[in-house]
Amino acid sequence: MKTSIFILFIVLFAPLGNVLLSKGMKRIGSAKNWVPSDIFHILLKIVTSGYIWLGIACLLIFFVAYMLVLTWADYSYVQPASSFSYAVVAMLGYFLLGEAVPPLRWMGIFVICVGVFIVGHTHPRTTERA
Amino acid sequence: MLEFLFLFIIVTAGTGGELCVSRAMKVVGEVHDFRPAALVRFVFRAMRVGWMWLGIAMMTLAFFSLLAMLSIENVSFVVPVTALSYAAGAFGAMLFLHERISSQRWLGVLIVCIGVTLVWLSRR
Repeated sequence: MKTSIFILFIVLFAPLGNVLLSKGMKRIGSAKNWVPSDIFHILLKIVTSGYIWLGIACLLIFFVAYMLVLTWADYSYVQPASSFSYAVVAMLGYFLLGEAVPPLRWMGIFVICVGVFIVGHTHPRTTERA
Repeated sequence: MLEFLFLFIIVTAGTGGELCVSRAMKVVGEVHDFRPAALVRFVFRAMRVGWMWLGIAMMTLAFFSLLAMLSIENVSFVVPVTALSYAAGAFGAMLFLHERISSQRWLGVLIVCIGVTLVWLSRR
């Protein structure tokens, strides 16, 4: 039960953090010419954006949850379970930000989840203990 | 083109940063005591390792590149393509940390790369 709650935190807070960062950056806009003065101006906007700080807070919650769950659960269980966050980020992008997600992208995300699942099911320790 | 550059920085600097932190953690040693005071001592010990600072610097660079990419592309595109770091991580772990990568893991990495290609092709 405890593990499921923490996995849920991981799968929700990482995508939510990224969606908030995206919302913040869309409001700030991209640099026009990528010259130093332009970049400095954007950096100032970034550090004063509420969405960016909320996004960072969500990513910190994700990071702490990820670290904590790894203290009792196996990495080979946690990593494949957290692969669902790729699908969740697309769903949040679609529902919260109104992004157009074409079928090819959904298919690509599904394939990525399968790949991450396989990577996660390999043995976490690849070197001999010293 | 700019998206490709940012993705390259996110993947290489992000993975490089994680590898440096991983190397620093191996220098510091395994954590056995999870009490708050012991964890604070552990963090201070980690901060004395040069690899840790290099890792933090690289991850900071990757984070700002992520923000730059999010300012020009949708989040449903950006986050899935950053899964390419699984490939960079496997190569980096093999070359930098001398870890042995199983054939099953390489298969997973290959499938991730196919998925990333599909997502990249879905771009506007």
